[in-house]
Amino acid sequence: MGTIGVLGLQGAVEEHIRQIEALNYKGIVIKKPEQLDIIDGLILPGGESTTMRKLIDRYGFFEPLKQFSLKKKPIFGTCAGMVLVAKSLVDANEFHLGLMDISVKRNAFGRQKDSFETNLKINGLENPYKAVFIRAPYITSATEEVHVLATYDNHIVAAKQKNILVSAFHPELTADKRFLELFTQMVETNMNQPGYTC
Amino acid sequence: MEKLLGTETVKRGMARMQKGGVIMDVVNAEQAKVAEASGAVAVMALERVPSDIRAAGGVARMADPRIVEEVMNAVSIPVMAKARIGHIVEARILEAMGVDYIDESEVLTPADEEFHLLKSDFTVPFVCGCRDLGEAARRIGEGASMLRTKGEPGTGNIVEAVRHMRKVNAEIRKITLLNDDELMTEAKNLGAPYDVLKEMKRLGKLPVVNFAAGGVATPADAALMMELGADGVFVGSGVFKSESPEKFANAIVQAATYYNDYDLIGKLSKELGAAMKGIDISKLSLEERMQERGW
Repeated sequence: MGTIGVLGLQGAVEEHIRQIEALNYKGIVIKKPEQLDIIDGLILPGGESTTMRKLIDRYGFFEPLKQFSLKKKPIFGTCAGMVLVAKSLVDANEFHLGLMDISVKRNAFGRQKDSFETNLKINGLENPYKAVFIRAPYITSATEEVHVLATYDNHIVAAKQKNILVSAFHPELTADKRFLELFTQMVETNMNQPGYTC
Repeated sequence: MEKLLGTETVKRGMARMQKGGVIMDVVNAEQAKVAEASGAVAVMALERVPSDIRAAGGVARMADPRIVEEVMNAVSIPVMAKARIGHIVEARILEAMGVDYIDESEVLTPADEEFHLLKSDFTVPFVCGCRDLGEAARRIGEGASMLRTKGEPGTGNIVEAVRHMRKVNAEIRKITLLNDDELMTEAKNLGAPYDVLKEMKRLGKLPVVNFAAGGVATPADAALMMELGADGVFVGSGVFKSESPEKFANAIVQAATYYNDYDLIGKLSKELGAAMKGIDISKLSLEERMQERGW
């Protein structure tokens, strides 16, 4: 079984770790860039994307995170994590890590009073999935290389491109592990490649 | 697809996204921008920071909505605001304005000396202060989605925040060790709703996020509270009443993230300039203490 790290600068870190462990993977909190070398997959958790970006820069995570992705290791960005991996942001001049060919609008559904939960149809999951959206972003456009996994109100809220998976909602806030399983499958597939070393 | 607003998961979940972070009191757009640039996870929009509320005396009320609006327009991080304990209308006004979180706060002069707000009635989530598990459980019972220790606001003195954090955590540990048939009597002793205690016993911890507040003045204070088990830190007067707010804000944010990296906190604490001037709690008369407000 592999090891999955959760970027531990700020946000719902412990909640992800608990889910990772419930799926019988080893979960570790990533506080130092060198820890990226010992994990098979990385989760960028929900939290405040502006805060996380500041801490990413301050603690030298920026280049190591890009390198991690270049090695084709799977990355799962939830909410703020989705904002961090996007190649462009609506209403902002700068993007962050630029790992995925998507354009993302922050707080796209509105402020906290507009935060909601709903039963979502997700490609690859048989039954509806209770998705929790908190001051959530959505994807306004994506290239053809991006596989759309779910939409809500015609907006893309979950997608996958090569080694990157993103969701605008928070799988770590519910007991349903099916969405995280989509990610652990990516981790598993990558680890089973010939010549894989962590 | 049915869309459910303001559910318990949505309200409690919002606070979970703030974990490990620092929430700063601000009184205008300029301060809000300094807070955001330092890496604060949210700001609390106020008319006066607690130490100025102390100094001014009189009745402290909800901030002028113009200030709250100004702050909401200035930053993209969540904006919180304070309503008086039991002041249904102040809370409804803040909710209508689209504030992301309301603090039903003892820092303001209570509007009701008997009852708190029924927070489960609102779409907007609430944070409330607590000094012990009974108070924490009552607030959760009323629908608070997040807690914070009360500490003693506006003093720059961490001693009360430490007392309250230790008390809540010690009482939680005790609950987890009780037999099921002992829980009702403990509920009576603590003045806590039985169902909330039952949930705490099952989880082995509070069902909502618990931040530290009331007296954080230095990076070391913030780290201390994290060490004691806080999920994050509120800084009231500690940032903008210090000699160099930007430096303090940056250092406190980093100290909360890396609370057990003592080399780093040492470096962060170097030549910061003077922290806010503090107050010895024993010099405060009972009427001057804010932590006794709330029931």
